[in-house]
Amino acid sequence: MSLVLLIEQVLNGLQSGVMLFLMAAGLTLVFGVMGLINLAHGSLYMVGAFAAAATAAATGSFLLALIASLAAAAAAGAVIELAVIRRLYNRDHLDQVLATFALILIFSEGTRWLFGSFPLFLDVPSYLSGAVTLPFGIQYPLYRLTIIGVGLAVAVALFLLVSRTRLGIRIRAGESDREMIAALGVDISRLYTVVFALGAALAGLAGAMVGAIQSVQVGMGEPVLILAFVVIVIGGIGSIKGALVGSLLVGLTDTLGGFLLPQAFGLFMDASSATSIGSALASMLIYILMAGVLIFRPSGLFGRA
Amino acid sequence: MFLKNLGMAVSALALIAGGVTSAAADNGNVKVGMITTLSGGGAGLGIDVRDGFMLAVNQAGNEMLEVVIEDDQRKPEVAVQLADKMIQSEKVDILTGIIWSNLAMAVVPATTAQGKFYLSPNAGPSPLAGKGCHPNYFNVAWQNDNLHEAAGAYANDAGFGKTFMLAPNYPAGKDALTGYKRLYKGDAAGEVYTKLGQTDYAAEIAQIRASGADSVYFFLPGGMGISFLKQYAGSGVDIPVIGPAFSFDQGILQAVGAAALGVKNTSQWNKDIDNEANAAFVASFQEAYGRLPSLYASQGFDTANLILSAMDKADVKDADAFRAALNEADFDSVRGDFSFGNNQHPIQNIYVREVIKEGDVYTNKIIATGLENHADAYAADCKL
Repeated sequence: MSLVLLIEQVLNGLQSGVMLFLMAAGLTLVFGVMGLINLAHGSLYMVGAFAAAATAAATGSFLLALIASLAAAAAAGAVIELAVIRRLYNRDHLDQVLATFALILIFSEGTRWLFGSFPLFLDVPSYLSGAVTLPFGIQYPLYRLTIIGVGLAVAVALFLLVSRTRLGIRIRAGESDREMIAALGVDISRLYTVVFALGAALAGLAGAMVGAIQSVQVGMGEPVLILAFVVIVIGGIGSIKGALVGSLLVGLTDTLGGFLLPQAFGLFMDASSATSIGSALASMLIYILMAGVLIFRPSGLFGRA
Repeated sequence: MFLKNLGMAVSALALIAGGVTSAAADNGNVKVGMITTLSGGGAGLGIDVRDGFMLAVNQAGNEMLEVVIEDDQRKPEVAVQLADKMIQSEKVDILTGIIWSNLAMAVVPATTAQGKFYLSPNAGPSPLAGKGCHPNYFNVAWQNDNLHEAAGAYANDAGFGKTFMLAPNYPAGKDALTGYKRLYKGDAAGEVYTKLGQTDYAAEIAQIRASGADSVYFFLPGGMGISFLKQYAGSGVDIPVIGPAFSFDQGILQAVGAAALGVKNTSQWNKDIDNEANAAFVASFQEAYGRLPSLYASQGFDTANLILSAMDKADVKDADAFRAALNEADFDSVRGDFSFGNNQHPIQNIYVREVIKEGDVYTNKIIATGLENHADAYAADCKL
């Protein structure tokens, strides 16, 4: 195992972590501010990817496709907030899970009805395709570097939004005491719609960016959703900083575990059983990480106790 | 009171209606239950099998054949429930349709043990071909290893001696790498099992780059293959890729795009196999559904025609006669020559194809015959 390979895998871990952050940030905002468990967050990721694929097919422009994904996911988010989610804030978590699970089914079958069952085509634009050579002679796909850059930029922008703007002040205030800010004259239901649409837009952006290197198909959001829940549990519910750290931890653990564990087992057993035991253990690793964090910090790394 | 009476009246009517249909069902009628994946990630495969199957059924216009179709959502527990429901309450004679080997392993043994026929239009896990073979189990597609064996043989011909191998961690994935290595004479540069349903292959591609391999063999059906190929094309690694047809079928080639061009893959079927049945199948499938058929559609089509051919010869209620009729495989397969071996798995040619672009459509062209009249390696373990 060479150093170059290890660095490349760390970059891969960072990239998958950064994409997870876009999902987890929206989820944790919605959970923290509104106290809502939104299982349909993965559907918004899918909506973003399909909107991007359809726009790219119609116009040929990747930039327009990204804008379309943000717009479509934000619009879908706002619509379901107004139509369904709004009625759930005062219900218990079980009702929320039930209703948002129904939304998953509606979105999946709706998308299938509109676009058919076969995966759509969405590719990396030509100016971002291919690999670049980094220091130490590492060859790395330009598009994945772009993803890391975009993800970090979004993280910085979110941080500034929450800490420096009026909307951010309201979000933080809504998180700690929603009756009080309502009493101070803030239109809380509009605030909720805006936050929900913002989270949805981030999920849509993640869907579009990832869709270009993976497959755009019905049901693509649910596996990511599970990881995003793991992230916000590790990071602490409601904390953007926690979502960022949690995402990077999960991304790195998942990538490096899948790569290093089979090799570690290979030191003392034959290659094919090391591969199968190592791969099996690697797929449990992030849940072991989550359990470990919960033992020492039951409310997550950056959660309020 | 009124409601209760109404309820009783309705159930009595239902009983009468039920009695009538079951009486009619005794006259050489065949009821087929199809359990396949119609929603979720792997839906394209199930839809192709269903559409191919129903095309043959509609073309035959045989009113004695009835088909019920249910969606297993690619979940073993759902497939088992559906199988129980179809056998116990729908009273089907034949089950078919399952795409995934882990689902087949959950459903097939219980089905055949209850005296029903199971005809597999896709999955062919090795345990069911060898010691676990059963007189009521027929595989109309292939044993899982077959296409991989042809790929291993092709790698020898192409002069590859150091292959990096990649497959998901489930029964068909294990069968895939075993199959590839059976005829492949070179060394392994690496062997990796990925998660089933994995979508990001950056870590594996980095290993491929570092392994010094001269070729990459991968078995990643459905959406997994789309992700892998797109990411591989963008990674700057240019080691030649070989695969079985499952990542290069008509349904997903359009989503992969140019990244797949020129890739060699192995299949028991392609739309350019030159025989009358195939030409008619391709033309009528395109007319009926507005898209080119995939190998899955061809397997569904052959499965339905096999059932229809057996129905002409025997009554399904006479299991021995019907089994013998199935075993003769007396139908015009779109693959050309087709017969069953002793374990009731196909003996057939397996071709090497290349991905090409015809007009705006990505598709495959046969460039060589990989293995002729190939049977599977487990037939000797089967006591049939």
